[in-house]
Amino acid sequence: MNVADIINPANLVYKKNTVMNEVPMHYCPGCSHGVVHKIIGEIIEEMGVQEKTIAIAPVGCAVFAYKYLDVDWQQAAHGRAPALATAIKRLLPDRLVFTYQGDGDLAAIGTAETIHACNRGENIAIIFINNGIYGMTGGQMAPTTLAGMKTSTTPNGRDVPLAGNPLNITDLLAKLDGVCYVTRQAVHTVAGVKKAKRAIQHAFENSMQNKGTSIVEVVSTCNAGWKMTPADANDWMVENMFPVFPMGDLKNE
Amino acid sequence: MAKFKGAIVVDTEKCKGCDLCVVACPTTVLALSTEANSKGYNFSHMANSEDCVGCSACANVCPDACITVYRVKL
Repeated sequence: MNVADIINPANLVYKKNTVMNEVPMHYCPGCSHGVVHKIIGEIIEEMGVQEKTIAIAPVGCAVFAYKYLDVDWQQAAHGRAPALATAIKRLLPDRLVFTYQGDGDLAAIGTAETIHACNRGENIAIIFINNGIYGMTGGQMAPTTLAGMKTSTTPNGRDVPLAGNPLNITDLLAKLDGVCYVTRQAVHTVAGVKKAKRAIQHAFENSMQNKGTSIVEVVSTCNAGWKMTPADANDWMVENMFPVFPMGDLKNE
Repeated sequence: MAKFKGAIVVDTEKCKGCDLCVVACPTTVLALSTEANSKGYNFSHMANSEDCVGCSACANVCPDACITVYRVKL
């Protein structure tokens, strides 16, 4: 049997979900954002909630997420996505409301909004992409940058006495009573992608059932900012990021 | 054991040649092409199509959702 015989709609096993637009994504080759966008699209398609979804775009590389996923979007000021999501979910409580934020957005400038939205137990889902760097602005040190990690503003590695320790904000948020689900995932392998998909689906279901705030941290790569090939960046993430940001559920109520 | 044979179609204009599908392929079917698309990226293609089992690993890890997978049971 040759390839032309196999390529037939009857034999289709995987195709791009219909929630994603045809626009080519602006992300660097191999960026984890694309995989996370894709699984969010798949979940929204499978749950059949495309017409009921309102997402909040952050400031950062993912600011253009509204061009790639065909759902309703709002663009928040830097770090203020959970505050905007609070307003939307309170006004339209039957909608699926989620924010999509990076570590510069959620763990730096938006720390106050994030902590207070989680503490109030707003019925939203937060997708937190943690790549340990400010990707869009040129690879500067972020709060989540690892000790000793080289960035454009820490060329000799993050010096802990000078620049402080890496902030594990997901651990902090898991301690708040308003939060119902906290998990940490990665999308570097097929198994990782499938687990992350289940985690994000659970977070979306919690938002629809108004159970409280759900946080899904996706430990990601920024191969352009880390100055590695995409495959090397995945290996580096497993070796260096996973010991500091271990995979698994932190809270599931 | 049931045997499967698969094939993929790559949207070559969207592929950015990141190599992640090549690394993820369990049967080393994929490779980056020596040809480039209009953006200058060496897109992914089936270099060894005989061994494809249609497992969808490449499509799952593709950040640009540019792989479609087909599979038949032999």
